[in-house]
Amino acid sequence: MSMNNQGRPTGVGTPVPAGTSDFTSVSGSSLLPNEPLLFEIGDREHSGVDLPDVAIDGSFLGGFERKSEIDLAGLTEPETLRHYVRLSRLNYSIDSGMYPLGSCTMKHNPRLNEKMARLPGFADIHPLQPVSTVQGALALMDELAHWLMTLTNTAAVCLTPKAGAHGEMAGMMAIKAAQDAAGQGHRKVVLVPESAHGTNPATAAFLGYSVRAVPARDDGTVDVEAVKAALSPDVAAIMLTNPNTCGLFEPEVIEIAAAVHEAGAFFYCDGANFNAIMGVVRPGDLGIDAMHINLHKTFSTPHGGGGPGAGPVVLSAALAPFAPVPFVRKGSGGTELVEHAEGQHLGRITAFNGQMGMYVRALTYMLSHGGDGLAQAAKDAVLNANYIKARLERVFSVPFPGQPCMHEALFDDSFLEGTGVSTLDFAKALIDEGFHPMTMYFPLVVHGAMLVEPTESESKQTLDRFCDVMLELAEDAKAGNAARFTSAPLNAPRRRLDETRAARSPVLKWERQELLPQAAE
Amino acid sequence: MRYLPHSEHERADMLAVIGASTAEDLFARVPRHALLREPVNLPRHSPEFLVEAKMKALAGRNHAAGDGPFFIGAGAYRHHVPASVDHLIQRSEWLTAYTPYQPEVSQGTLQMLFEFQTQVAHLTGMEVANASMYDGSTATAEAVLMARRLTRRSRIILSGGLHPHYRDVVRTYLGDGPDLVCLPASPEGQGDILNRIDGDTAAIVVQTPDFYGHLRDLRAAADAAHAAGALLIVVVTEVVSLGLIEAPGALGADIVVAEGQSIGNSLNFGGPYVGLMATRKEFIRQMPGRLCGETVDADGNRGFVLTLSTREQHIRREKATSNICTNSGLCALAFSIHMSLLGEAGLKKLARLNHHNAVKLAKMLGTVPGVELLNHSFFNEMTIRLPVPAAPIVELLARADVLAGLPVSRLEPDNPACENLIVLAATELTTDDDIAMLAECLHAALSEDAQ
Repeated sequence: MSMNNQGRPTGVGTPVPAGTSDFTSVSGSSLLPNEPLLFEIGDREHSGVDLPDVAIDGSFLGGFERKSEIDLAGLTEPETLRHYVRLSRLNYSIDSGMYPLGSCTMKHNPRLNEKMARLPGFADIHPLQPVSTVQGALALMDELAHWLMTLTNTAAVCLTPKAGAHGEMAGMMAIKAAQDAAGQGHRKVVLVPESAHGTNPATAAFLGYSVRAVPARDDGTVDVEAVKAALSPDVAAIMLTNPNTCGLFEPEVIEIAAAVHEAGAFFYCDGANFNAIMGVVRPGDLGIDAMHINLHKTFSTPHGGGGPGAGPVVLSAALAPFAPVPFVRKGSGGTELVEHAEGQHLGRITAFNGQMGMYVRALTYMLSHGGDGLAQAAKDAVLNANYIKARLERVFSVPFPGQPCMHEALFDDSFLEGTGVSTLDFAKALIDEGFHPMTMYFPLVVHGAMLVEPTESESKQTLDRFCDVMLELAEDAKAGNAARFTSAPLNAPRRRLDETRAARSPVLKWERQELLPQAAE
Repeated sequence: MRYLPHSEHERADMLAVIGASTAEDLFARVPRHALLREPVNLPRHSPEFLVEAKMKALAGRNHAAGDGPFFIGAGAYRHHVPASVDHLIQRSEWLTAYTPYQPEVSQGTLQMLFEFQTQVAHLTGMEVANASMYDGSTATAEAVLMARRLTRRSRIILSGGLHPHYRDVVRTYLGDGPDLVCLPASPEGQGDILNRIDGDTAAIVVQTPDFYGHLRDLRAAADAAHAAGALLIVVVTEVVSLGLIEAPGALGADIVVAEGQSIGNSLNFGGPYVGLMATRKEFIRQMPGRLCGETVDADGNRGFVLTLSTREQHIRREKATSNICTNSGLCALAFSIHMSLLGEAGLKKLARLNHHNAVKLAKMLGTVPGVELLNHSFFNEMTIRLPVPAAPIVELLARADVLAGLPVSRLEPDNPACENLIVLAATELTTDDDIAMLAECLHAALSEDAQ
């Protein structure tokens, strides 16, 4: 164990083997609490709101008045604050530290975005108000659309998708509609590289396509010749992520687009990694026909513990006539909201107008950064990833060496060979060092993948601390200290959780204890 | 560029470590002619106060619901959100956390989702609920697909009382064809679905309170569906109603989907909202979306994880139940906090108050000459028929700062039977003065129109 100059132990120290902690507090809690479930502390009587009790006669309820109990737990306001503040402290967050999650783009979430989204003129307007009363909202949507189309050099954008996967669905639906309209409905195959996100094949299958895999080259990119070999008259589209999920720019993307178009198919680009190139490369210039943009990744809207997302999809001129409704357009009397499919437009993919709250946050972010700042952010994201790669590549194994990465650095697990430490173990040990794990085992094309995406938000100081920890961990793994990894995490609110047990006999909600057999006595 | 930490000096140092001479070297794999030579034609970066001024100017061009009498519902409802809800969801640890794929450092989000699933299951009277969907409309489309997988049948019948946007979303997801039967709009609450069920029917979809405000007989619908081997999907767009109306699960529903916006979430011009989905335990392996489950950690302590992910796209790829990747976590949190504050007692009071105000609204509308109330039953929403087309009247009232409800023709432009209809909602925020003002303005508008 190393000591600092005051003689105190530093670094990780010696791990405590499972279950041998020598201290148990009386309450079973500490400053990191074991917070009981809401249903264990609340009850049916308590409430944190004051509402008048009114008498109703039930004559308008058609005989459908509730007779069953609901069984909801109520808390007073102070108890509510404590419950949710205590729970929150069990979470890692981007405000508390770096999230090196490849493919997820966990960047800083500016609070100005939140403040603007809460202006009553945005938060307190109804989606079905008369259009004359929401001209500011429509103008905002129009401006956001302008930024997205300018950054991508595309002809149209459908703002409404609720998340990236929903945007994929909208884009692929537009492709399908365009091909049906052109008498090309017999095209039933979608090409998907092996490194693709799981949503790509899932989306293609959802729309009735069969998926044909395209192998990657030894350097982690897609070979235009392999695409040509996979193209046939029944291919509807290729779904290609660029920069790809190995963190590499596809060098033959323009040739791939040309080959795909030559074969009468469309080019769907998964825009999950747009953060690497915004303001630097316009996907429209590469020949893409459709691409979703995750506002919660690229444009800083918060992930919120798993959503809500927002996934506007930009469309080429060929696909623009097939965009789903609703969309905004300039009209004689102001900005119009087109709510009903006319011509070849697809119908709705969601009620109302999409994720307005996210539009406000994304546009606020764009205006703050400006076109120049967005380009600088992309360059810094790429700089940060390459810096990590440069600092780690002498120790960590890089599956596709000899080229700069884009916004994320990919490593495989060959450096761990013979150590008894897996990628999972390594990632969990990062938790004990105060970092969220990197993305693990994705992309699938690399064995034991570790995908590190720092984003532009991290300072050099943080990156250096992260690299120092990564190098120290790698050395320790190679030195044979596998227990530190296989028992990790020890310094987290929970140790490793039994996922097999959770899946084998699922417990998906709280059950009242007296109803359980063992409590019947 | 206040969000970017590097100085030029640091950038240069980092490039030196990388062994690159310029930032452009890092883009060496990008085809030369694809790299932008000129900056994109967009405004340059801007100080916080200027961005704020611009956004405020845009917001100022909208009429906020709180600015005057307000009666629009139709799937999104203006309710009071307690101050502590919005405070809590803005805590960094909630707002800026990622999806809880690393459960050891995500127990806050996971326990919250477990509590949320319990609340939703109890509220709907179902055995299990998932960790939320995008919104009510997409949850409805996913429920329909789930019913097809469960029954291995294809016909879906949508009630004429289903929200037209929800119907349109299902149509987009499924495509038009003989296997999707959309019954004509039923503004008078007419029963239309039971005798359409046949041996090919996978599910019928019934909304209650329906789009026009009527309460629907779920028991009869469930019995008819089950007799034919079909499933009953119940849609609820106003979850507050479940504080006063019998739970769909207690009446035989197989899948319940709902829009949860009413609890904890602002109107937000339509999103983000939070879709709820609940079903029977035997159906969970065909349920889309994330699920949180209880387990233990290596020390035997209770903990929570995302589970049954073998249904999901990141594991199953093209064989997944859905392409859904995300849920509506932060909106689910807002829902869960607000529901905790309400509790059983508070939700019931809130529901009664909504209904109470709606009864006042209905009675006042009954005094306006020419206005015909179409509902015999309602919770907090109802439909009226005017002697004249509704849209111009609603527009006229909007100019007097009274947002008088939704002219149904906006959603059903091709249905002449809907041209004179308005759907109106009252909530706990509706005052007697609001109702009086509406009646007065409506009376005046109709009198002017008659002249």
